[in-house]
This record gives sequence, structure tokens and C-alpha cells, in this order.
Amino acid sequence: MTKMTGAQALIESLERQKVDTIFGILGGAILPVYDALCGNKKIRHIQARHEQCAAHEAEGYARASGRVGVCMATSGPGATNLVTGIADAYMDSVPIVALTGQVPSSGVNTSYMIGRDAFQEADIIGIVNAITKYSYQPRSIAEIPEMVNNAFYLASSGRPGPVLIDLPKNIQAGTADIEFTNKINLRGYKLITEPNPQKISEAADLLAKAERPIILAGGGVIMADASDEIIQMSDLLMAPVATTFMGKGAFPETHPLSLGSIGMHGNPAANRLIGEADVLLAVGTRFSDRATANLNTFAPDAKKIHIEIDNAEINKNIEVDVPIVADAKKAMKALLKATSERLQKGEGKAWTKRVREAKEQLSPLLKDRPREVVPKHLLFALRELLPENGIVTTEVGQNQMWSALYFRALKPRTFISSGGLGTMGFGFPAAIGAKVACPTRPVVDIAGDGSFIMTEQELACSVIENIPVTVIVLNNSVLGMVAQWQRQLYDRRYMAINLGKSPDFVKLAEAYGAQGFRVGSVEEFQKAVKTALSSKITTVIDVPIGSETDVVPFVPPGCGLPQQRGDY
Amino acid sequence: MEPGKSKVISVLVENKPGVLQMIANLFRRRNFNIESITVGPTEQGDISRMTITVNGDEKTLDQVVKQVAKQIDVLKVGELEQGNFVMRELSLIKVKVKDAKERSDIINFVDVFRGRIIDVSFDALTVEITGTPDKIDAFLNLMKSFGILELARTGITALARGTKSIRIDG
Repeated sequence: MTKMTGAQALIESLERQKVDTIFGILGGAILPVYDALCGNKKIRHIQARHEQCAAHEAEGYARASGRVGVCMATSGPGATNLVTGIADAYMDSVPIVALTGQVPSSGVNTSYMIGRDAFQEADIIGIVNAITKYSYQPRSIAEIPEMVNNAFYLASSGRPGPVLIDLPKNIQAGTADIEFTNKINLRGYKLITEPNPQKISEAADLLAKAERPIILAGGGVIMADASDEIIQMSDLLMAPVATTFMGKGAFPETHPLSLGSIGMHGNPAANRLIGEADVLLAVGTRFSDRATANLNTFAPDAKKIHIEIDNAEINKNIEVDVPIVADAKKAMKALLKATSERLQKGEGKAWTKRVREAKEQLSPLLKDRPREVVPKHLLFALRELLPENGIVTTEVGQNQMWSALYFRALKPRTFISSGGLGTMGFGFPAAIGAKVACPTRPVVDIAGDGSFIMTEQELACSVIENIPVTVIVLNNSVLGMVAQWQRQLYDRRYMAINLGKSPDFVKLAEAYGAQGFRVGSVEEFQKAVKTALSSKITTVIDVPIGSETDVVPFVPPGCGLPQQRGDY
Repeated sequence: MEPGKSKVISVLVENKPGVLQMIANLFRRRNFNIESITVGPTEQGDISRMTITVNGDEKTLDQVVKQVAKQIDVLKVGELEQGNFVMRELSLIKVKVKDAKERSDIINFVDVFRGRIIDVSFDALTVEITGTPDKIDAFLNLMKSFGILELARTGITALARGTKSIRIDG
């Protein structure tokens, strides 16, 4: 037992969780925690310029490293500004812990207290109820160590997600005898990680007999570190692998059996072949509407095996034949063993031939080096310049879907994008978080002008905190994705999409102390990227592109994956 | 189960603040249709039992159970199978009384339904009646002709029959 303040107990508990970074912005109601952090050598505090970005930075950190990301804000507006980032983490199952200050739960001044509509009071626990895995508000100082253990365990285990701890100021500032513990007390947390052997056996029977097997790898594969097992299964069955958007990077996209990602803006070969499969092995995916498109035409002839850690995802969107609720890595290991025992080699030649054909015809590789400044060429060029382990984040909209289509991710945790919530402004702060987690690897945010402007103030954070990243602004002077929808689905009735030529992104970068380049050709782009990657400061590369460039192919809303329009 | 049918689930939860909000919020955001919900302590003081009547098709109800079970403060969810559980609802009904004949008619009905008169005034009677929702509905139908001044229903609470229980250790 040691006598200390709640704030000190919090910091020591975070240290025990091996937290090395907190992204945050201080304020009145979180001052005791900042005071306890003052002079701390183990935890680096990175000062964001908006709390939403602090949360996205924690997400980028978590998604690049696999560790829990931590963000912190004061009460009221500080806490509510975190909300978008927390919602984003919830949708994409990102392990973050958000710490918020709160007005006191009791005190001498009874008008400055929870429930009295005090200055900068917001019921953040009530607000985040629907977008957190769990949230805590300690009632006593002594609860803090176990609460922190619980929060980190919940955030990182099972299906990961955000957990919030709301800290009343009197709990931070007050003193108590603290006993640190490794105890976790969560009797209601139902975690199933071991696969049911009966289901593994049923799944292996299906896979061993499959003539046209296909593997669909979702974001859960990356979280469970099960990429190797996916590759082994693909090799074993000679089965092509498609990923969901969140699964991008789970399977090397240069592998002969890689089909790229499925979905509304999926790779044509993936969208086509998933409809031809007789057995679908889906791993760590929630079958989002953007991935499956119209459910009636999603793999209609396939027997479906679904490996998923979250039982509530089983039969939620897609009815499956063999559900396996388990950790993806454990389930895949068991399934590999069971399938190889049953497999009779020497079949499946016709399917392999069909896969090769479909890829050549539907998703041809870029063989020559065109000079046109279009996203496809830029993203192929970027891939050549980035090392295998280089990290790409994206914003949301056309930039994101072009990246999904044309940027080939080779390793898990190297492609980081806001999949579920679709948060514009995510990519840049996520890139900063990723760079903090992986300081020796290059980090590039593929942005649009509309998205980048939503969080560009973090240039100040990246420059002052010395976190150099590269931002590529595919600048079409419009909110491109909605413009595309207005063009195609609303008869060109353009409304509220024009961004004009403001700001000048080169000057903007320079104003923050970063460097900016504007490029007009693929060669200039390559040169600028090379310079950026070897620079010690953040670089913004402004690439003007046509304002009416569509993302194609495209599955119109309501249609099924086979009804994709447009060439790759 | 056909669409539009109701199902009763029994949920054991941590007895702490915010849990009812969490469950109510879950039903709203997942677009589940909640017909009634009752909450009260169990034989273990730190655990409450919620009895929730939900309405929906089989797929929806499967999702309800899974989503409820997923909540950290939910310790156990059990579906109460048709015919295999006992359920009761309590209702208080204030009925208008015109004259002595009406009063004796109402008292007769209350006897038949094994209810009790718990408050009497010159122009009203308050009746307590316990039973299945169907029984209460039938009684209310009879009372309509006299005029119902006020009505309060608790919603149903239920337990599995026999020794079969929904407990955290079972």
C-alpha cells in the first residue's frame, strides 16, 4: 500500500500496462493527471491540436503496432471532441483507451459538481454508451488500478474496441492508500477463443471437398495476427484470397492467388470470383454492406464457413453453414491441420486456371509507365517507392477507394483507413499515430483536399513534436466521392461539392513549418515522394488531378457485386 | 416463430448504475422492439434480473439474445421457452363507479378474476390483479364498460418451471 493521489495511481497503472505514449490535450478538469505526468520519463505526451485527432492518433498508433492506443482530454468539449474518434475505433474494432477529465463527483463547492450542469460538464459516459466496448467512472480512488487493468484487457482482447475512463476531478486530486494489482475483475465478459472441434471438422470436410474454394480475409485476420495461416491455407487449397477493405494487408496483394479487396469499389476479379465459389471461408469479418453489396447475390452458390471472435456477428448479415466462434489464429491453425489430413491432392486445376484468367482479364496489372497524372498511376508509382513495411493511411472518399483498388498492401498493419465510420480527416492524425508507433518506417497519408482540410491543423503537432510523415493530396478541388454520386445518380445536379483552389496546400504546409511541393507529372511526383521519404520534416505533396475523375469500377447502391460497372 | 410474435428473455445483470440505460439503449440502436421490461434484485444482492419481452422474427430474436449477451455487465441470458416458464404481471386499475349495482358487479368480476379491491371511494374502486398479460387484458376489457380512470401495469416477470433455472452458476 502506498499513499498517493488518484492521478498518480492512474499514471502508475498506465506504466504497468506498458503505455509509452498518450495523445492528448489538457484542460481544467484533467489538470491533476497532467500534473502527475509532469517530468515522467516513461510516458511521452503528444500534444494534439484537436481532441478528435488525439483519438485518431491513438487509433493509428494501435493499428500500426497492435498495442492499445491511449488518448486523453479534459471534460465537456474536450471529451465530446473525442467522440468521433471513439466512434471510429468502435466501428473498426480498434483497441484504444480514452481518458477524460470530469467535474468533481463531490466537493466543497456543490455547484461545481456532476449533475449540476457545472462549467465544462458533459455526461460523456452517457454519450459514448453506444460507441464503446465499455466505460468506467471511478467512485473511489482505490478502484483505479483494477479499473485500468480491466479497461486495457477489454480494449485489447476478444473483439478489440474503445474503452473510456471518465475521471472526476476530486478522484484525480484526492489521496488514498493504493494497492497495485494485476487482477482483472470482469465476470460478465464472455470470451471464447478456442474453436469448437466439431465445427472445425465440419469446416474441414467442406474445404477438402471444395472444387472452387475462396478465402475472404477481414480485419480480424490482422488483429489476430493470422495472416500466415491464411497464406498457408491458400497454398494448401490453391484457393484465391480476397480481403475486405479492413482486411487489406492480411494477404500480400502481389501473391498470385491474391484477388484484392471485394466490395462496392472492390477489385473486379474478387467481386466476380466470389460469386463463382462453391465454398467460402470467411475469417474475421462482419460482412459489412460495403463489402457484400446486395446480400441476395453474395456468393449465392457457396457453402459458407465463418470464423469470428464476436458471436453476435454470426448470422447477423449473412446466414452461414458452419459458424466458428474463436480467435482467428487458433481456429485457422486447427482448420489447417484438419483440412490437410482430409485433402486429396491433384484437383482444382480448372479453378486455378479460372482464377488466373479472371485476374488477367478483369484486373490487369499496369505494365507500361503512363505519364498521365491519374490516381491509378500515382498509386502504382507510390508502391514502387515505398518499402514493403511502409505504412499507408488514407482519408475517406475517392482517395480511399483509389487506394483500395490500386495500392497493393503487402503486410498486415501497413494499410490503415477508416472503414466502418468513414471519417474524413482520419488519415493524417492516424499517420502521425502510426509514425509514433513505428518511428523507423515511412508513413504516408493518401489524402483528398476535402478530407485533409478537416484535420490539417495537426501539421502543427507533427512539426513541433517532430513526427515526420508524408501527405499526398489528390487535389481535385471538389468533394470527389459525393460529386461522383451526384454525377452518376443525381443527374449531375451538383450541390455543395465545390472546394475551389483554396487553400494553397504548399503555402499551408510552409505556414506550419512543414515542406510542401506541387507536382504536375508522374516523374515530379516520384521525385517529390523520394524527397519526402528521406526528409526529417513532414511533407505535403499537392497533386492537382481532374475534378471529374470517377472511381471505377463501382457497384451502384442496391446492386450485387456481379453488377459492377466500369473497368479496372 | 412467425414474425410479430413475442418472446420472453430472462437476463441476469450486474446490479449497478447505468445497466438499465445500457440495455434500453442497445434495443433502440439495434432497432429491436421491446414490449416490456422489468427489473429487480435476485437472491444475490449484487445481481439483478431483467425480464424482457421482445417482438420480432426468429432472426431478430437470435440477434437480440447475442447482442444482449455481449454486454459486459450482462452475466447470463436465457430464453424462456414457450410453455416451460411461469410468468406474472401485476396491474392496478382504478374504475369509475356510478351506483351500488355497478359496485357489486365490479366486485363480482374481481372475485372471478381472483383480484383484490385495494381502495374504495364513493365513485371509484381500485383493483389489484395479477396474472398473465392475457388475463389482465380480459379483465380490462370488462372494466371498459364501467370506465377506467387510471391504469398501471408492471410488465411481466418470469421464471423457468421446475428446477431448471437461469443462474450465473448454472
